[in-house]
Amino acid sequence: MSKYETVIGLEVHVELATNTKIFCSCPTEFGKDPNTHVCPVCLGFPGSLPVLNKSAVEFAIRAALALNCEIPSFAKFDRKNYFYPDLPKAYQISQFDLPMAVNGYLDIEVEGQTKRIGITRVHLEEDAGKLIHADFGDYSLTDYNRTGVPLIEIVSEPDMRSADEAKAYLEKLKSIIQYTGVSDVKMEEGSLRCDANVSIMPAGSTEFGTRSEIKNMNSFRAVHRGIEYEVERQAGVLESGGKVVQETRRWDENKGITYSMRSKEEAHDYRYFPDPDLVPVIVDRDWVHEIKAGLPEMPDARRQRYVTEMGLPEYDAAVITASKAMADFFEAVAADYHDVKAVSNWLMGDISGFLNAEGKEIQDTKLTPAHLVELLKLQNNGTISGKIAKTVFEEMFTTGKLPGEIVKEKGLVQISDEGAIAAIVDQVIAGNPQSVEDYRNGKEKAIGFLVGQVMKLSKGKANPGLANKLLKEKLQ
Amino acid sequence: MKITREEVAHVARLARLEMDDSEMEAYTEQLNAILQYADKLNRLDTEKIQPTAHVLPLNNVFREDRVRPCLPREEALANAPDEEDGMFRVPRVIE
Repeated sequence: MSKYETVIGLEVHVELATNTKIFCSCPTEFGKDPNTHVCPVCLGFPGSLPVLNKSAVEFAIRAALALNCEIPSFAKFDRKNYFYPDLPKAYQISQFDLPMAVNGYLDIEVEGQTKRIGITRVHLEEDAGKLIHADFGDYSLTDYNRTGVPLIEIVSEPDMRSADEAKAYLEKLKSIIQYTGVSDVKMEEGSLRCDANVSIMPAGSTEFGTRSEIKNMNSFRAVHRGIEYEVERQAGVLESGGKVVQETRRWDENKGITYSMRSKEEAHDYRYFPDPDLVPVIVDRDWVHEIKAGLPEMPDARRQRYVTEMGLPEYDAAVITASKAMADFFEAVAADYHDVKAVSNWLMGDISGFLNAEGKEIQDTKLTPAHLVELLKLQNNGTISGKIAKTVFEEMFTTGKLPGEIVKEKGLVQISDEGAIAAIVDQVIAGNPQSVEDYRNGKEKAIGFLVGQVMKLSKGKANPGLANKLLKEKLQ
Repeated sequence: MKITREEVAHVARLARLEMDDSEMEAYTEQLNAILQYADKLNRLDTEKIQPTAHVLPLNNVFREDRVRPCLPREEALANAPDEEDGMFRVPRVIE
């Protein structure tokens, strides 16, 4: 057992997929020309007045309810003051003491154990703009298109004890938010961002050590690596008789280290005060009930249902329900095909493989549930072999053609005619005397090689079961 | 409650305000006068009084989530001291 225990709390920012910004009517669209989605409000012009977007409030409540939070009936907005050109007002509108939601949790699975991670609060705030730093010259450029895009910040309790737990928490959080539909939660596009508060204490202690805050971790893997690095670094500091200082550190992905951001030291004095431009929000209980009633089945409930009602193995159910689109796809296929395990094998195997290779989500492809149902049926009724199914899959994944069409076009129908296969079997027996000899001498494995040869000669079209049967008969 | 000269200097720095000794002196005095007044209020019994989050008797002022025209970029940048490629050009801020 390690000498130290790690304590981790995460602060996660999620961009809400509203049409417009939180306090003005500019669109939130990603990737437009710089400063084309701006107005006097998000540019922080004097005399402009922010007006709260009702959908942003609704989305925040929706996400918070999915995270089992309480929704207080009174919330307000505050100004967080700091000077940085990514926010032209020199303050960020956020929530300080009366946030949208408090006291939630989510459950993670680590090493077969379920662990509950507390969620302290969920609050609404505005995003900051994008800064581009010149390669040469002493200046930076600012694009305010992102300024004012609604964010929720989800603050966890310091309940995680390892980088693995932190990663599991993030994955679960992403999955839950994705199910609620309030964000597309893509870390690579910045719609999900994570900062980690990390400290270590002597194993068995109840008093937390001094923490550092790590920023700039841009993938789940980076969060994992960043935390592991930081734990080692702090242990090193303590081992050499030093003290951990409370500071903000930046993760350097290329070097694989964290380093102190000295400029952030003073910035922690944010001098919050209520924003006089915005009136309080009183959250009506009927509204909360209405939002709650509109929540879809969440990943945990779905996973459980797949196991208990559909008989899917626990592992498969967890993998498939992690993504809502994947789970929806699974259910659509399972509604038209009896063997749910065969469906999940395709989803977790070839389909996930192709999606990963292309960096796509299942809903962004030409593949529909109807494609997979047809493919499974063709395989099940013996029209095509498992091997051919993979070829057909590749073709239908890239072209979007239906499997029946592909099979017909390419002449991939499985040969199940005994006479035709027997002819190939004879050829194989004649051409592989050594293997035939081996099999006859009791080397069972040799049959596998011979079946393989039949498949090869038939270009994968022979029914392998039949080939196996005929080979055995002829070699008796 | 009393504010010290050091605290005034700290707040001034956070607000990017430059001030000389006599100004520092004057603001320390003025801020202390305000705090003394607040101290007086602190002596009142506010047990049964709701905290005031806003001076206007309003709440739930919302906007529907509908896109409306933005500012043309030329206008947005019209008063910028410096610009480049459609962006505001500012002194370098990265470490």
